[in-house]
Amino acid sequence: MLTSNFVLGQVHFNGGDIIYQLVIFIILLALLKKFAWGPLMGIMKEREEHVANEIEAAEVSRKEALKYLEEQREIVKQSRTEAGQLIENAKQQGEAQREDIINQARAEAERVKESAKREIVQEREKAVAALREQVASLSVMIASKVIEKELSSADQEKLINEYIQEAGEGK
Amino acid sequence: MNHEAPMWEFMNTGIHFNLANVLMMTIASLIVFIIAVAATRKLAMKPTGIQNFIEWVMDFVKNIINSNMDWRTGGQFLMLGMTLILYVFVSNMLGLPFSIVIGHELWWKSPTSDPAITLTLAVMVMGLTHYYGIKMRGMKNYAKTYVQPMGFLFPLKIIEEFANTLTLGLRLYGNIYAGELLLTLLAGLGTSGVVGAATAALPMLAWEGFSIFVGSIQAFIFTMLTMVYLSHKVSDDH
Repeated sequence: MLTSNFVLGQVHFNGGDIIYQLVIFIILLALLKKFAWGPLMGIMKEREEHVANEIEAAEVSRKEALKYLEEQREIVKQSRTEAGQLIENAKQQGEAQREDIINQARAEAERVKESAKREIVQEREKAVAALREQVASLSVMIASKVIEKELSSADQEKLINEYIQEAGEGK
Repeated sequence: MNHEAPMWEFMNTGIHFNLANVLMMTIASLIVFIIAVAATRKLAMKPTGIQNFIEWVMDFVKNIINSNMDWRTGGQFLMLGMTLILYVFVSNMLGLPFSIVIGHELWWKSPTSDPAITLTLAVMVMGLTHYYGIKMRGMKNYAKTYVQPMGFLFPLKIIEEFANTLTLGLRLYGNIYAGELLLTLLAGLGTSGVVGAATAALPMLAWEGFSIFVGSIQAFIFTMLTMVYLSHKVSDDH
């Protein structure tokens, strides 16, 4: 085939093929440029830009997120200190209240004790008075029984009262 | 294997057409066009299916260009590279599955198995390198490249231009033509009888696979060398 194509004379040199190849390649190049490569390069460039834009947007939102994070951190910190203060206050208040209640209770106890004491004293006095009366009347009875014959009952009572008086003072 | 070519003379002007070549070039161009247009018909930001494939090809060619020159100068050659690599690849593949012989004339083959066609592509590429060399760096700088780094290299530089053109075209032709020749021989052996078929089956299979490999590699090499030669002429530091 090589010989048949290249030997001039009997079989002819195919110059037409050369022209045809050139022409058809240039036509193919032009057609593809218009219908295939142009749009393809367009879409690839568009995608490149899209990706670049997305990366930029991501960068921006990352920065924003960092800023927000910082802010949130600040807020959390602040609220933590606030909470600490609140707890501290509550503790102090509780402490004060405890003191108060204890004091009140102590005072109350004192008061109850005092009144109980007073009552005891009163009761004792009452008991003493009652006893004294009892003793007096008993003595009168005994004395009247013993001395009935020698003394009048009036003299006798006077005498006894004197003695009792003496006994009360001597106590 | 010694098939004739269906020649046809254009109105007694002495310009002869090998109609098989014309047919195959047209088919190859059509296939490339259909693939490219089908792949870019529904373009989406999120590529699917065949768009992935064509974008992969584009990235592949981009890498080839980027490995030779910076993108600012090389970007304009992207479409040329895309078209070249697809056209050469499809051309290489066309002759692999079968060949059609009508009478004594071989009609279906790889267009790149004809030296006239590969050399046409090579000369076109070299012409482009000179064109862009002058256009982008100016006539003076372009002329200077022939006496750099030293003046006495001038004859070698001239030879280099022709050698580059020849090797670029003949490398592609040689690889594809040899592949098809052996395929034709194996096919002839396979159809000669039962024993022939048995002997030819395995080598045929292996050689088909190897030819696909060679065809792809040659398409890549052709595009790669195109970009290398372009960058020689276009960039300042080469």
